[in-house]
Amino acid sequence: MKVENAEYSKGVLDTKDKVVSILATIDGELSSVPIAEGNRHYDEIMKQVKEGTLTIKDAD
Amino acid sequence: MSKAAELAALIANVNKGSSLAAKNFIINGNMSVAQRATSATASGNGTYNTIDRWITWDGNDGALTSEQSTDAPKGFSNSLKLVCTTADTSLAAGTYASFAQIIEAQNLQSLDYGSSDAKPITLSFWVKSSKTGTYCVAVEKQDSTQYRFVKEYTISSANTWEYKTVTILPDSNIKAGAGAIANDNGEGIRVLWSLGHGSTYTGATDNTWHTGNQYATNNQVNWMDSTSNNFFLTGCQLEIGEKATEFEHEPYETTLYKCLRYCEIHTLHSYTHMGFAYTTAQFLIPYTWKVEKRAAPTFTFPTVGTSSGNLGVTVASGSYPSTHGSVLRATTSVTQAYVYNNADDGYAGFTDDHIAVLYGYANPVVKIESEL
Repeated sequence: MKVENAEYSKGVLDTKDKVVSILATIDGELSSVPIAEGNRHYDEIMKQVKEGTLTIKDAD
Repeated sequence: MSKAAELAALIANVNKGSSLAAKNFIINGNMSVAQRATSATASGNGTYNTIDRWITWDGNDGALTSEQSTDAPKGFSNSLKLVCTTADTSLAAGTYASFAQIIEAQNLQSLDYGSSDAKPITLSFWVKSSKTGTYCVAVEKQDSTQYRFVKEYTISSANTWEYKTVTILPDSNIKAGAGAIANDNGEGIRVLWSLGHGSTYTGATDNTWHTGNQYATNNQVNWMDSTSNNFFLTGCQLEIGEKATEFEHEPYETTLYKCLRYCEIHTLHSYTHMGFAYTTAQFLIPYTWKVEKRAAPTFTFPTVGTSSGNLGVTVASGSYPSTHGSVLRATTSVTQAYVYNNADDGYAGFTDDHIAVLYGYANPVVKIESEL
């Protein structure tokens, strides 16, 4: 799984101050990945972060 | 199989705990549903590319494609077709090529793994390949201790449909506490077909459970060794009991709805979902889907913008706003998402408290996935 341009994303309205997802280009497609273990994309992103091959930009 | 033998097998399995309906733990075993694509698509290393619920791993120096084929044995209309498109004639130790179905844990509770009542299961499938020889199929139990069961089967005649059955008996480890499958929405069992594994992953003992990371015996062929190689599979069924019974055909919509729990592909035509702007630069649009997802899904957007093939957002009049950004965001739950933007995502021209509408220009595609 090729993950690029990963950044944390805050929510909207009542979650506007809370990080709720990771916005990333996964295999060439813009994807919004929930912060949730068990989501295969989230698990892979965290694996790549742990291996040091991916960094996630902070939410604006 | 005669009708009498078929009935005897069915009764034997029911006596072991199987049911007469919904007996197949594998979803889309007849390969009828292919939301993502039907034609040949390059496989990644752990990706769902074509037929629903079937994942492929291409972790070697070669390459392969998957597709939905209409080449199928009598009684079936489709099969999963794999083609080696770049050969790897000598698989290095840590490399592999395989495909699998990963079954959700809570759907496997009737197996009673982790107790002395653990039930036998039987896998049956139709297979065809241009390359004959010994192949392996592995059943991998997740949760607690991972146990793998590897069984060889032989493709005897090239380019000929053959029916295979494998019975997996629970051993003392599966019957002990570490053999349990959690009653949750995570991985329960992987049923994995090897197309070739390097030495790191071979060396399993045939017909035996083990705790190592071997997915194949040393006899497994290297199917990746030639671009002439193809592999077809259909009629996959995993059921309780020691006998393979007739494949359980079900209406297409039943299979489709099972698949939708894990993936929905939406082709968006024109104005599709309505929300509202809450500043002149920000909007919020609810987005629902047909079937509750296994877990909060990943929301994959097509290209965002105002060109043909793009997904965009319009103001209340139905026109694009004065400035349209190139990013959309989503926050998802198992039942729905909110599509929204941040203030600095490059949008302007909305009116506070007026509607905002998702607009699919020339059929862009949204993907909602919670595959295992």
